[in-house]
Amino acid sequence: MNRFARLIDGLVFTPSRNGKVRLLQDWFATVPDPDRGWALAALTDGLSFAGAKPGVIRTLVLDRVDPVLFGWSYDYVGDLAETVSLIWPARPGPNAPPTLSDVVDALRAAGRSPRVPAMIAGWLDALEPSGRYALIKLITGAMRVGMSARLTKTALAEWGGRSVDEVEEVWHALEPPYADLFAWLEGRGPRPAADGRAGFRPPMLAHPLEDADIAALDPTAYRAEWKWDGIRVQVAAAAGEARLYSRTGDDIGGAFPEVVERVAFEAVLDGELLVVHDGRVAPFNDLQQRLNRKRPTAKQLREFPAQVRLYDILFDGADDIRPLPFDARRARLEAWFDRVRPAGMDLSPLVPFAGWDALAALRAGARDGAIEGLMLKRADSAYVAGRPKGPWFKWKRGPLTVDCVLMYAQRGHGKRSSFYSDYTFGTWRGDELVPVGKAYFGFTDEELARIDRWVRNNTTNRFGPVREVSPGLVFEVAFDSVHRSPRHKSGVAMRFPRIGRIRWDKPAGEADRLETLERMIVA
Amino acid sequence: MQTAFESWIHPAPPSEGGGLRVVPGGFHIDPIRPVDRAVITHGHADHARPGNASVLATPETLAIMRERYGAAAGATLQPSPYGETLRIGDVTVRLVPAGHVLGSAQVVIEHRGQRVVVSGDYKRRADPTCAPFEVVPCDLFVSEATFGLPVFRHPPADREVARLLDSVRLFPDRAQLVGVYALGKCQRVIRLLREAGWDAPIFLHGALGGLCGLYERLGVPLGPLVPATGLPRDAFKGQIVLAPPSATADRWARRLPDPVVGAASGWMRVRQRARQRGVELPMIVSDHADWDELIDTVRDVGCGTLWVTHGREEALCHVAAGMGIEARALALVGFDEEGQGETADDPGAGDAA
Repeated sequence: MNRFARLIDGLVFTPSRNGKVRLLQDWFATVPDPDRGWALAALTDGLSFAGAKPGVIRTLVLDRVDPVLFGWSYDYVGDLAETVSLIWPARPGPNAPPTLSDVVDALRAAGRSPRVPAMIAGWLDALEPSGRYALIKLITGAMRVGMSARLTKTALAEWGGRSVDEVEEVWHALEPPYADLFAWLEGRGPRPAADGRAGFRPPMLAHPLEDADIAALDPTAYRAEWKWDGIRVQVAAAAGEARLYSRTGDDIGGAFPEVVERVAFEAVLDGELLVVHDGRVAPFNDLQQRLNRKRPTAKQLREFPAQVRLYDILFDGADDIRPLPFDARRARLEAWFDRVRPAGMDLSPLVPFAGWDALAALRAGARDGAIEGLMLKRADSAYVAGRPKGPWFKWKRGPLTVDCVLMYAQRGHGKRSSFYSDYTFGTWRGDELVPVGKAYFGFTDEELARIDRWVRNNTTNRFGPVREVSPGLVFEVAFDSVHRSPRHKSGVAMRFPRIGRIRWDKPAGEADRLETLERMIVA
Repeated sequence: MQTAFESWIHPAPPSEGGGLRVVPGGFHIDPIRPVDRAVITHGHADHARPGNASVLATPETLAIMRERYGAAAGATLQPSPYGETLRIGDVTVRLVPAGHVLGSAQVVIEHRGQRVVVSGDYKRRADPTCAPFEVVPCDLFVSEATFGLPVFRHPPADREVARLLDSVRLFPDRAQLVGVYALGKCQRVIRLLREAGWDAPIFLHGALGGLCGLYERLGVPLGPLVPATGLPRDAFKGQIVLAPPSATADRWARRLPDPVVGAASGWMRVRQRARQRGVELPMIVSDHADWDELIDTVRDVGCGTLWVTHGREEALCHVAAGMGIEARALALVGFDEEGQGETADDPGAGDAA
């Protein structure tokens, strides 16, 4: 447990992604099975213990600490696991601290046994604060170390000399502590079997297409589809089990039970998850109400109903059709759709076109707010994991832009920690500026250094890492769309805002007004 | 029947100088505005302020004030070594070690059979740069409570310094940049490094050199120290660089090769605090009493009354009340609890914690 605690501390405090990846790879390389696998499970949300919930921890600590002092401490620290790890009364004694496997094995064996609280108390007694913190995070199931499941798998794959897509492909057929996975990655065992399960198949991704590059492509070799403004998903159903995966392989079925419950077939499908009202796709904002929730409320299910718009078919039953060319898969998809008539799904139509100019006109004329642009897919392209260059392109509509005034600048992280690199900007409402968005990319290192100097020389107020600046620097902010948002003072929220250009030349008073932005809102 | 302490010692409003006023002695302890007669517990900028007419303090504290404030340290400076008893007006005054930083003192005041100890800031742990805290039994104990919550329990400082040396070994191509307060923490960390066997030169931010020189002149050897200026980036690889906390995330740090940013402070006990400040190597090294030390000290001095000057007073008062001690929070203003001033060139920036 102490070694695991050092890993967790390292991941918590190391700011850089690469630093975290190195720490984790060192763990995989030097810690034996099954401990390394239990840590992998903990970092990919693969562990759950029925009898060990936050309430148990709270009861244990209140048996030992003055509730008044605990309350003040919890208020101050703000995190239950950390508060308990620090406030737990040390009981120096002969007990050896448990290993990670000791803890996992004992909790799995105990289930909901009434012995669980006493077991946890004994471990907390034997550990120091870092170990207690790691233990509590482990058993209550939210590590929060700034490391996504995807990044964890990326680190693992890189360490094992495989692509992350290969790991994803087998991932959902595996169980912690993943001894067969490690054996495969270390070249000591076969690739774990991934077939016959509702596993995740890494999706095929597209490269962005610049307007200038399109002339080099042969229009007859490509098919066009609308690019919908939802989230890319995979519906996988096999062996009586149905799952909904995000693009990165996270199982998001819990947040969209209506999608999973309607599945009455066996296939793996690629599509876009959308909120649809009476056949019309709702703004992304509506879908956002449903994301990042464990379970939706009945009200959310009613107000923001989700459905899947299908792009592609990967498996028809047990039949892997990914090697087929796009046209053949499309025919299979249409035939499958006619046969199965899946509830809560529709087909994303192909967009017929005569040539690039005609397609550009179609793209420019697409007024539907739910359309981000077009997808171009080679008619002969097999479905391959990852982002191969050439077969698929996304051709987004040009971004919208608005001229905003810099209002606040915040220090960045890691290499940018000495630079004011995160910018909150606003537009004019009457003669006051109201914040409309925040962005931290879209500029070069040289531009960052110059903005940083400007921020320091024009600071009017400081709030910890944030500086308020006098209105004087105009950014041309590019963004994909803008929506109404009652949570923001301005009443609007942008999607994907980034700094398009820095308008050193433009007086702040000539920046755009909020009304301009409001006119760009899609209903 | 004893007189109420408040009749002769009480907090003064800021407009009258602030700090604690000792009426029959005619002086203030750690005033926040200039007064005629000040008794100063220690040299941190939130306790020792310039411009008082006459100042009584330990010789070391006066030397620190002269280093920082020059002539503004005070018109008349009266040194009083630890243990010397002085008669001032209708009280006797004695300074005894507080164990906080070099020269730090508790003020022991006796008046008509009552003994009051004003601790200033203090700690109970060993510190190679200053005299250890001395327990003086008293009727009224005036305590700080900077770390007055049971989540604050400082681990042994040598273990934290060992973690810094581990990091040096782990990252030979990076600099170790540790944020330290200029007075006390800086010199303590240097001494702890020397005791752990680190003999190499230690690189210093410009704001730290003056007080390090003073410590050496006052008999605290610190080993080879080098200003971290005018050197090529590679010169810092595998080296330890100390700077005020505010400089570790500022432009100053851009001269260092991919530094591992550390900070030596009791606040590093709380992860979120460390993360907010971009600290990769939090070192829990504090010059303040932790929760157990606060309670032990209140018990050790055997006081019937406890006043808490600053920090998280409510928890300490709560526990003292449970021990049968009459406890009260003074909420004195002007003490810098966090020590997170932003500018690196402010001489007093961030002394506390």
